[in-house]
Amino acid sequence: MEKQVILKTSHISKYFYEPVKFKALDEVSFEVFDSEFITLIGKSGSGKSTLLYILSTMDTDYEGELFIGNEKITGQKPNYLAAIRNKNIGFVFQFHYLLPEFSCLKNVMIPALKLGKYSHQEIEEQAYQKLELLGIRDQALKPASKLSGGQQQRVAIARALINQPKIIMCDEPTGNLDSKNTGIVLETFQQLSSEFGQTIIAVTHDNDFAKASNRIIEMADGKIIHNL
Amino acid sequence: MKLNVNSEIAYTHLITRKKQTMIAALGVTVGIGIFIFMISLVVGFNRYSDESLFKAASHLRIYQDDILSKPLIAENKMGYTAVIVNPKIANVSNTLINPEKIISDLKKQEDIVTIAPQVSVNLFYNNGTSQINGVASGVNIVEANAMFNIQSTMLAGDVRNLLATPNGILIGVGIAEKLNLQLYDNINITSSIGVVKVMKVEGIFKTSNSNIDLTKSYISLAMSQQLLHQSSSYVTDILVNIKDPNKAPEYAKLLKNLTIYKVEDWQTANEQSMSNKKTRQVMFGSISLAILLVAAFGIYNIINMTIKEKLNDIAILKATGFSGKDVINIFLKESLIMGIIGTSFGLLMAAGLIKFVSGIYIGGDREYFPIGFEPQIFLIGAILGVLITLGAGYIPAVGAAKIDPIEIFRR
Ligand SMILES: Nc1ncnc2c1ncn2[C@@H]1O[C@H](COP(=O)(O)OP(=O)(O)O)[C@@H](O)[C@H]1O
Ligand SMILES: [Mg+2]
Repeated sequence: MEKQVILKTSHISKYFYEPVKFKALDEVSFEVFDSEFITLIGKSGSGKSTLLYILSTMDTDYEGELFIGNEKITGQKPNYLAAIRNKNIGFVFQFHYLLPEFSCLKNVMIPALKLGKYSHQEIEEQAYQKLELLGIRDQALKPASKLSGGQQQRVAIARALINQPKIIMCDEPTGNLDSKNTGIVLETFQQLSSEFGQTIIAVTHDNDFAKASNRIIEMADGKIIHNL
Repeated sequence: MKLNVNSEIAYTHLITRKKQTMIAALGVTVGIGIFIFMISLVVGFNRYSDESLFKAASHLRIYQDDILSKPLIAENKMGYTAVIVNPKIANVSNTLINPEKIISDLKKQEDIVTIAPQVSVNLFYNNGTSQINGVASGVNIVEANAMFNIQSTMLAGDVRNLLATPNGILIGVGIAEKLNLQLYDNINITSSIGVVKVMKVEGIFKTSNSNIDLTKSYISLAMSQQLLHQSSSYVTDILVNIKDPNKAPEYAKLLKNLTIYKVEDWQTANEQSMSNKKTRQVMFGSISLAILLVAAFGIYNIINMTIKEKLNDIAILKATGFSGKDVINIFLKESLIMGIIGTSFGLLMAAGLIKFVSGIYIGGDREYFPIGFEPQIFLIGAILGVLITLGAGYIPAVGAAKIDPIEIFRR
């Protein structure tokens, strides 16, 4: 059976104009299939984060086209894009993780409360499950600001999973983690893609992490140089 | 029931920054409290000054205006000049012709509460060699009392005695003091056409106006007609009170169609006091609005600060699927909550201030400070408080909605 394309870019280019005009992405075209675990690698400044922001639907200022599922995302209205993010995409960002005044549990629950598909109680249960999955259930009721960077990163991953999005995008999800916790995250991702059919696109610097994925896309100077 | 997620976020922001929340709310409290208090002051004072005005003046007065003699040939006729260049008052008498007809016409009107025909007589009050000149109002005392509540100003005697005693007179306290008169003493009066009568003091009144107390008296309608050698149909003014005194000017226009005589509303007759009233309203109104604006600025500042500190949170919320509308909603809820807390305490504060000030003794015929609880002003204050805080929150909230999460994440 032919694998289904879940995300597709077609000739995406992106310019920055400050301080000088600069082409950060240059005609990037690739396809991501359903349930794939993809890693994006490349030197610092090669355009990985910039690409991920476009894939995440948050950056709409680019040339070319983006499709998620069979739907063209390019040109959609901001409110509609927000709804797509809420339902279909989970994120883990570099450095920016949690809402500090809320408990870890609340942080995980918030996107699901926004989606409003399940009752408060069901959402709470699911949030506990996700925290369990990432080995931080015991931190659930602590305020997010009281956790270490690595713990916060794992809570952020749990939050990305809460709405069972089709696609999970991560910018250096293991950047702050020791090898043991990196192992947990890696296993979780593999399990999510193989068992739960979720698609994962992760930017990483970690070669071992990349090797464990289904496919590695390497970037340099805003272009894809390897796609294996 | 669980709060919806926007409310929960707004609520969490507020309770994790209790101090700022309280300060912003306090600003609204003071603003609304002072606003309601000041407006109540103005309304109370205006009501008081209207009330004291209505003790001497009716809402509307119908009388024969002085008619000036006109040129024999109309001035505007081409090629002619005016023959009379020195116009003089031309009316022979200032009586209202057929007053019963006017009164019965008036009685058909809705909203008219009291109608009192009156004869004004210029006269001298004499006692021994002392003499004061003044004006007596010949009235039906029952109607006049209904209109001016004369009884409430009586120091001694009873207005109803005027009904039983044909030569009874109610005099101002100034006249009584100057002519050294007591209740039931006799007093000589001489009308402007020289008719002399001996009257019996059936009452002494004291208004808030010492000039009135020194000139004015009330006598029966019949007595006033005798003093002027006139028949019993002679009436110089018809005084009219309506339900809502503020509608007097409109009513004056309406009544003008009913009669050929001049209809004057109390606002026109008391221009000076009207302009004082307007001055007060503008002055206090602008001061209290300025205070409200300061309070609103407090809310604006706090919301603005919250947003500046929460850029990262806003970016995360937007990334996880909250729309610009949700962000506006969250921050509007925050200012709404602060506004409601602040306004509620503001209402209490205003009530406290009003209660306190209304207990201050100031003497005079009012005795206590003329201020009271005006439900309408409290309502307006409450609505204004909430609206202004919403407005003050809306501006920064819209700014927050426009924040681009990527710019935050790239930092
Ligand atoms: N807001 C910006 N303004 C100007 N240039 C930027 C901006 N963001 C990123 N860049 C540039 O775009 C290039 C790609 O950046 P980025 O996608 O963050 O790289 P990576 O994530 O692969 O390290 C870099 O050269 C960076 O300097
Ligand atoms: Mg990067």
